Amino acid sequence: MNIVLNGVTVAIKSPPLASLLTVLREELNVTSTKVGCEQGGCGACTALVNGKPQRTCLTPIAAVDGASVTTVEGLGDSDHLTAVQQSFVNHYAAQCGFCTPAMIIAATAYLEGNGSSDREEIEEALKGHTCRCTGYQKIVSAVAAAVAETTFDLTVTTPSPNTVIKSGGQT
Amino acid sequence: MSVDVLIPETTDAAVEAFGDGTDITVIAGGTIVMQLLNYRRITVSKAMLLNKAGLSYLRQSDSTWTVGAMTPLSDLLGMFSPLGACAANVADHEVQYQATIGGNLCAPTPPEHPSGDLQGPLIALGATVRSVGAGGERTDGVEEFLASRAGRLVLDISFETPQAGAFAALDRPHTRHFTALAVSGVKSGDTVRLAATGVGPVGVRLLSAEAAAGDPEAAGNAALADAVLRDDALASAWYRERTLPSLVARVLNEIKEAS
Repeated sequence: MNIVLNGVTVAIKSPPLASLLTVLREELNVTSTKVGCEQGGCGACTALVNGKPQRTCLTPIAAVDGASVTTVEGLGDSDHLTAVQQSFVNHYAAQCGFCTPAMIIAATAYLEGNGSSDREEIEEALKGHTCRCTGYQKIVSAVAAAVAETTFDLTVTTPSPNTVIKSGGQT
Repeated sequence: MSVDVLIPETTDAAVEAFGDGTDITVIAGGTIVMQLLNYRRITVSKAMLLNKAGLSYLRQSDSTWTVGAMTPLSDLLGMFSPLGACAANVADHEVQYQATIGGNLCAPTPPEHPSGDLQGPLIALGATVRSVGAGGERTDGVEEFLASRAGRLVLDISFETPQAGAFAALDRPHTRHFTALAVSGVKSGDTVRLAATGVGPVGVRLLSAEAAAGDPEAAGNAALADAVLRDDALASAWYRERTLPSLVARVLNEIKEAS
């Protein structure tokens, strides 16, 4: 099995019914996807699978063999944040930060789907995500501001062709 | 413990691999089985993933719809009420992308909460379920299927476009994926069919309420005769007893307005 993780094909050795969440965190050391409820309820494990937000805790790895998986590590880096990431910084939209990567993933999908800056629509789009600090107002403000960005950039950062990610660790 | 995982690439291959369903765990969207695996509530020796089995489709021929078992709930969102409205009420967007109509029909009922939200609208629509398993292929009404679903692999579900339909549910607290109580209604010609989830281990047709459908308030009270109410983590039987009549009345009033 393999997945295309943030633009790079990686081989998977985990058992076929291991959750994508477990594979990301324990085999590939990609820890932005959080272990929350493991019932699909909290949203903290969300990643983009073939461009759609999906609960990685409810996804057997065998079901996404060959799929493109994007985590927040694939959206931008500290020198080049996407509009959503920069907006979260600008609006102080993180407190403890536990829900933040998945919130950013969900917000990215919302913007890719031409979501508007209407606060109710943003709340609806993020309704599957729980912020345990209850910092929702600033999160919604950050997404609304990101929608308003005229130079919106959702580019996935793809490592150079020589970069190899081995199963078990990211280099 | 090693697990034998099958990933058939055609419907025929899935049917053959499923056989009579003995000792095989079917994983459709994963939203139910993966929870159970994560919490070690089940052990699996042989599993079949259906994501490549060609069972995700939505076909319309005149007024007849046929929906493949692997069709995700997100594909049902734009459909008529009560089906589209019910699909939109399930969990959240991410889960709607994953959860499937077939998996919803086969959802086990744990003691903590109701499950299988789509069973209500599908009963109200008078849908039929095509499945395979011991004895070969079978087509049942949803209620018959729910009563004998063990060892069955759902292939697709068929129903007619209704003249009018409505859906009403108790508000779902944030972080709770499950709806405590919901009522679906469909009018076709002079007939009104009503069904509910959260009033029994699976979706229930509200025959007593249907008989009184001309008077929404009376029908709401009559619905209690069709319900088996109990306490669970989401709501008490006491609360359900007091809210079921109003949901039934709301659905009937909406149907009246729509038609």
